[in-house]
Amino acid sequence: MEKILSLPLDEKIVRGLKLGDVVYLRGVFFTARDDAHMRALSFAKEGKELPFNTGGSAVYHCGPIMKREGERWQVVAAGPTTSKRMNSLTKEFIERFGVRAIIGKGGMAGEAIDAMKRFGCVYLAFTGGAAVLAAKGIKEVKGVEWYDLGMPEALWILEAEKFGPLTVAIDSQGNSLYAEVVREVEKNIPKAKKILNI
Amino acid sequence: MIDETLIKNTVIKLLKDSSTKLPKDVKDALKRAYRLEEGPAKAQLEAILKNVEMAEETSTPMCQDTGNHIFFVKIGDIGDSGIEKRIREIITDAVREATVSVPLRPNAVHPLSRKNSGDNTGDFMPYIVLAPIDSDFIEITAMPKGAGAENMSKLAMLNPSEGIEGVKRFALDTVLAAGSNPCPPTVIGVGIGGSADISVKLAKTALLRPIDQRHSDKDIAKLETELLEAFNSLGIGAMGLGGKTTVLGVNVELGYCHTASLPVAINVQCWAARRATAKIYKSGKVEYLTHKG
Repeated sequence: MEKILSLPLDEKIVRGLKLGDVVYLRGVFFTARDDAHMRALSFAKEGKELPFNTGGSAVYHCGPIMKREGERWQVVAAGPTTSKRMNSLTKEFIERFGVRAIIGKGGMAGEAIDAMKRFGCVYLAFTGGAAVLAAKGIKEVKGVEWYDLGMPEALWILEAEKFGPLTVAIDSQGNSLYAEVVREVEKNIPKAKKILNI
Repeated sequence: MIDETLIKNTVIKLLKDSSTKLPKDVKDALKRAYRLEEGPAKAQLEAILKNVEMAEETSTPMCQDTGNHIFFVKIGDIGDSGIEKRIREIITDAVREATVSVPLRPNAVHPLSRKNSGDNTGDFMPYIVLAPIDSDFIEITAMPKGAGAENMSKLAMLNPSEGIEGVKRFALDTVLAAGSNPCPPTVIGVGIGGSADISVKLAKTALLRPIDQRHSDKDIAKLETELLEAFNSLGIGAMGLGGKTTVLGVNVELGYCHTASLPVAINVQCWAARRATAKIYKSGKVEYLTHKG
């Protein structure tokens, strides 16, 4: 089933998404990696407002290549980064900023999934490294914040017409395609060991 | 004497070629994997191949993580005895220029302050491995490598009694621990022997060999084939979403080690196994080995 979801997302729509659904996003979302997560969380602790309204939005684990053309930024390449690095930051990030979707690669685990379940948030997988394909789905760079963190770590605000295809790889019930694969892999380990004579 | 600008421009082209076009052996392996797969794995490989084509057609970096910059340089007699002293500077300048012209993502940061230098340079960056060679050319290989896969790399100092079984077990554990994170299907470089630092270097240089070329020692070649078969029996698959192709290739290199040691290092390389090599002859002729035309 293929569908286009408009941002901001509400809880009901997010709760209706099932593992393996292929979706596209339309609307405004933002990038944040390790440094932007840490800065956003320290802003929240200090009671400072974020420069961007995150409620119902999607956070994209991505450090793009951007090119400045005159006054505007153009996306050159913008594939996902490894989400696992944000595992320990995500629970608080979801609770504080109300994001309804995380876009990334490789999946997430532990308390990040617990928070997704509780709040109503899904994990959308984009093919790792498919950066030109991703850039094509982004219509416009709406702005950049915290550029002092460097190009990859800055918070980029993006607008898409049809960003994807994205696979619902962790749903809001906490089901995970990655966990399913890991369970299968566990069963295959004896076979691999046999091939290796160990 | 070779003009320095020629060397710099060749390095800029190597950076552009490596980040925008995959070497043939890697592309062929991805196509084979695509034909073999079905379901979600096929969809992932389709996206990868489509992306590779688009990157090539538009001369755009195939991945936004254009990596940190490592160069392997063999220096022959090009009629310029001072070249060894200046090559670092020439390559560093080329990295700075390519960062703007390709463009490459500025990835080099201070490890503790995390301050980004903005131009992909800094202490030991680019990292340049120099080796003398008896020839009338210099050969330069650019090997930009992303962090997603590099972060999954590991070193083990095994006891000699653990032997080849220990090596295999450690390699298997590393691929399992990496799971979905290093952008599989990956290429696995294995360095056996040497010392802690040498095995790590061997694991990385193993990745310079085309993946369709087996080691010249037939026992090591057999080990490569065995490891490949075992990794692909795991079912991790493209992007960790399941499938038959977890690994595109396994390359092993080895070196003699201390009688009390058995170091093993695994370097994990994402599907975007980027590398580009050129030879610059004394005559000024430039020959591109990985990216012709």
